[in-house]
Amino acid sequence: MKAVCWHGAGDVRVETVPDPAILYPRDAIIKVTSTAICGSDLHLYDGVIPTMQKGDILGHEFMGEVVEVGAAVKNLRKGDRVVVPFTIACGHCHFCERTLWSLCDNSNPNAWMAEKVYGSTSGSGLFGYSHLFGGYAGGQAEYVRVPFADTGPMKVPESLTDEQVLFLTDIFPTGYMAAENCNIQPGDTVAVWGCGPVGQFAIKSAYMLGADRVIGIDRHPKRLKMAKEQGGAEVLNLDEVEVGEALKEMTGGWGPSHCIDAVGLEAHGSGIEGIYDNVMNALKLETDKPAALRQAIVACRKGGTVSIPGVYGGLLDKMPMGAAFAKGLTFKMGQTHVHRYLQPLLERIVQGELDPTFVITHRLKLDDAPEGYRTFRDQKDDCIKVVLKP
Amino acid sequence: MATSDSVGSRAGLSGPGTEEMNVGSTERLISMISGSLVAFYGLSRNNLGGFALALLGGGLVLRGVTGKSIVYKALDIDTAHSGRGDGRNLPDERNVQIAKAVTVNRSPEDLYRFWRDFENLPRFMGHLQSVQIVDERRSRWAVKSPGGGTAEWLAEIVEEKENERIAWRSLEGSDVANAGLVRFSPAPDGGTQVQVTITYDPPAGKLGTVLAWFAGEETSQQLYDDLRRFKQLMEAGELISTDGQPTGQR
Repeated sequence: MKAVCWHGAGDVRVETVPDPAILYPRDAIIKVTSTAICGSDLHLYDGVIPTMQKGDILGHEFMGEVVEVGAAVKNLRKGDRVVVPFTIACGHCHFCERTLWSLCDNSNPNAWMAEKVYGSTSGSGLFGYSHLFGGYAGGQAEYVRVPFADTGPMKVPESLTDEQVLFLTDIFPTGYMAAENCNIQPGDTVAVWGCGPVGQFAIKSAYMLGADRVIGIDRHPKRLKMAKEQGGAEVLNLDEVEVGEALKEMTGGWGPSHCIDAVGLEAHGSGIEGIYDNVMNALKLETDKPAALRQAIVACRKGGTVSIPGVYGGLLDKMPMGAAFAKGLTFKMGQTHVHRYLQPLLERIVQGELDPTFVITHRLKLDDAPEGYRTFRDQKDDCIKVVLKP
Repeated sequence: MATSDSVGSRAGLSGPGTEEMNVGSTERLISMISGSLVAFYGLSRNNLGGFALALLGGGLVLRGVTGKSIVYKALDIDTAHSGRGDGRNLPDERNVQIAKAVTVNRSPEDLYRFWRDFENLPRFMGHLQSVQIVDERRSRWAVKSPGGGTAEWLAEIVEEKENERIAWRSLEGSDVANAGLVRFSPAPDGGTQVQVTITYDPPAGKLGTVLAWFAGEETSQQLYDDLRRFKQLMEAGELISTDGQPTGQR
């Protein structure tokens, strides 16, 4: 089959690789009909995520048709059309039972690595996202093996197109959980840093959950335009205004009730404090990225929430904890518990409350994935979201 | 996964005081410097091997900072108090004791029943080739040795309490004298805490091969991996691995 394989920074290739096979009784094989490039894939593409190996198959937003199931999978059969959560969850551990799916105890076979880096225990495995998160072959391919297929994949109605349901795999639930984490009350104002795909869904979700006003912050005019026209957000271009001051002014001096950081920083976490500065220098991390989180903390209203769907991987420097403490802020963060949101968000799509296709700007063949990665990374052609068709 | 571990010194002697410094100051400085270099180099490689190196380096830094080496502790080597790490204070009899704990989301009864059937042990204990039940109390264990051969011994159950604990030990004349204890206790918020302690006393003549895994971190890591696999089998119903999946050109 064809698959998008990682070979180093700025180097992804479409290769012919062996087809996947059922390895365990709870596996299924999915024939991919649509897949997407995620903003977090760009960090793999930039080569800043550790534990990638040449030949790793990328992709964690994918859907398709079941072509084979393992002996223990009773809920799916050949021909079913499913979306697959990007987080892999066993369904039976302490965390899965409490719907904390992205914290599954069992699905990361390389949990020892994550435990060394993050202290106590590892979160779930992820498709196509480095060996630190399990080393699973991803879904930017013609076929993919899905572990625990009796727990993750959800069947989708034929009445909806691939593009309408594809983003249930990651970015729609991620944006939604970010808004849900704000515990929005009537009259609240929510500010969203980063108007990429996750930011766009966070804006829409914040309104769905009862926000009075949503403010989108970015520097790309096309993204701000989308946030305004599609999401109904007020927008701030951080290249043109001093964001903190502007937010204060817009909210009667208080600042927004809640702040969502949909930018994130995938730092190269080492877990070893003593060598942190060396590492930061060696990796030439883009130090403007944690700026979004710092800005969100400083801007947030007293008693408010800082919600972080943006990914952080390591140690952050110069965090304004004094401000967070003084203002009694609540922090909510973490990988999305995708399984929890599949059904309720599908219902919103079915009811026509939201059409997720609005974020798509580019549609390409799987063969053109390298071009898709380049276009997305370089913001060429006002690219916001790339969908690939095998 | 909630795990804890302690690599004690000689079995029975690990009480208060096992947390003392056992790495000398020169060595600590070397540990810190070399550890930082290894970690730094490992991270700069930005690949899986590099990542492993970084972790190793981190361990060295930790050893330098804290003055404690768990490998030394396991082998009773003390360079902090003897001036030179020449091994003079190594005991003739080197018992190694390791302990690990894991929380499994199943009842103590289920876990006890699975473990008590010793023929299940090779399904999650990596080094075990087979266990054959001989009678109600005795079983024959075979392990793969690093050299490619096998070592065997006869084990007997020395104590058991249904759904709570099982203790076993190898009988006289085993290649590797060893004993184990597993305890199952209800966890406060559901599930079961599983605590395992293993003690080895490898005979001096076999240090080269057998000790390769009956020593310090190696065995400790193995026991950790074994318990992870036990948890996977009991919770997810299958082992978790990506071996056998497709990849591109490596």
